Amino acid sequence: MLENILRTLPQVLFDGITLGTVYAVIALGYTMVYGILKLINFAHGEIFMTGAFIGTAILLAFSSLGWIGTLPIIILVLVAMFLTAGVTGAIGVGIERIAYRPLRKAPKLIALISAIGISFLLQDLVRFTTEFANDGNFYLIGPELFKSNINVPLSKMASFLSDASFKTSFLFVLVTAVALMIILDVFVNKTKWGMAMRAVAQDRDTAALMGVNVNKTISLTFFIGSALGGATGVLFAVQYGTIDPYIGFILGLKAFTAAVLGGIGNIRGAVLGGLIIGVVEMFAAANLSTLTNHVIGAEYKDVFAFIILILVLLFKPEGLLGKALHEKV
Amino acid sequence: MTHLLEVKNLVSHYGQLQALREINFHIDEGEIVSLIGGNGAGKSTTLKSLSGLVNVTSGEIKFLDKSIVNLLPHQISAMNITHVPEGRRIFPEMTVEENLYLGAFNVRDKAIIKERMEKGFEYFPILKKRLHQKGGTMSGGEQQMLAIARALMNQPKLLMLDEPSMGLAPIIVDQIFEIIQELNKSGITILLVEQNAYHALQIADRGYVLQTGEIILSGTGKELIENDEIREAYLA
Repeated sequence: MLENILRTLPQVLFDGITLGTVYAVIALGYTMVYGILKLINFAHGEIFMTGAFIGTAILLAFSSLGWIGTLPIIILVLVAMFLTAGVTGAIGVGIERIAYRPLRKAPKLIALISAIGISFLLQDLVRFTTEFANDGNFYLIGPELFKSNINVPLSKMASFLSDASFKTSFLFVLVTAVALMIILDVFVNKTKWGMAMRAVAQDRDTAALMGVNVNKTISLTFFIGSALGGATGVLFAVQYGTIDPYIGFILGLKAFTAAVLGGIGNIRGAVLGGLIIGVVEMFAAANLSTLTNHVIGAEYKDVFAFIILILVLLFKPEGLLGKALHEKV
Repeated sequence: MTHLLEVKNLVSHYGQLQALREINFHIDEGEIVSLIGGNGAGKSTTLKSLSGLVNVTSGEIKFLDKSIVNLLPHQISAMNITHVPEGRRIFPEMTVEENLYLGAFNVRDKAIIKERMEKGFEYFPILKKRLHQKGGTMSGGEQQMLAIARALMNQPKLLMLDEPSMGLAPIIVDQIFEIIQELNKSGITILLVEQNAYHALQIADRGYVLQTGEIILSGTGKELIENDEIREAYLA
């Protein structure tokens, strides 16, 4: 049994890390907004989903223009991601302005309910629009972009390993997601507005006294978080092909779990949490059946993210990289 | 002559509570003005009303003859009115350097920021040694120094200090008050809020005494120190 697990481990790690980077970038959106507003923006999963639809629509448009096949695919996907990020970023700013800012002084639960409302609204808006434009179907199939597979002949290197293979889109997703995270990290830690975001997260009033425009900083945070979420939606659509308006829910919950696991409010923690959950999930998908003697199958893989969530909340509620908060009295 | 800051019939609420009841005072350029009074007298609320953290219910605040009532804090900060809040409120997770950079948020030119930072180190040499240390790991006295140095980065025309001596060892308090006087000599107008009334009045040109949201006495620092009521209530 162990031999089997070891044999497939490289493939599990490849797939898990890719999935993990997707979770990680979405988790960043949760964690940034939580850091600055202490609000769990439950609409963030739907921002991701909306991004997947906008990106796919753009790519389908490119396809109907005949650009796919004539222009380099990587450039086209990057353009689609860039445009999508702009749109979802603006949607995020709008959501904050309309649904959260008027409630900023209200109890947190009220804003949370508002977030859940926005979530449903986005799901239905996307479903309605897609059905309208797509002959009554609410799912969307994107153009196939990366057709080739890359084989890694691991068995030649070590006889106890199986060969691993992945779609070239895998590499694209991985590289782009990592690039997004690095750009964000540099922005937050090295630029003036990144510093303003951290200052508002730590002490909003004092940041304002320093001359930081708090509302603008919060809008910026929503823009960046939502732009990243939307761009990741495009990556997801490119990687997995078919999307529907409900993909944001479970994926959002898992990304949220990743943010909690890493320590909500902590940007590097979100990345770590995303990677862990991605790998655990893929490991479960590949080995659950072997480990339980076929009693429990791969379809139970989703359970693990939430088992992790419960364990974290029970034993280390501040998360792996988070600091325990002492409530001020 | 117009005053640097003029407050007329200022009313502010703290939650539902009326914290300031039509207070009037002014500050002239180059002065140190101390605002003293007991807990809950409205001292901090006065500063917060001036810096935009608390909404003003009614009344007028004029800075250089321009109304600043209910401007947002960042707009007031951009007019070089700088508020060092009670409890220092440095950014604990940021380094000393980052804290100072934030103090200069209104400034674009990097060379000016560097220049002001160096000037701050002249007053507080310890900060230069702690440049890459996180603010939250420093002692109370060092944090207070950082909070003042951070405010200086905005090159204040009016520097408002809320309880700078709170919780500090006597020797550090002396040091802080000395620096406040030096800053004043360098041309910065200072509004000082203190529970440590004796110290605050000693260095003040003028002072106001607040009690339950009203100004009950005013005069020069010397007059107030020698006033019997004050002696009994605040200097005993």
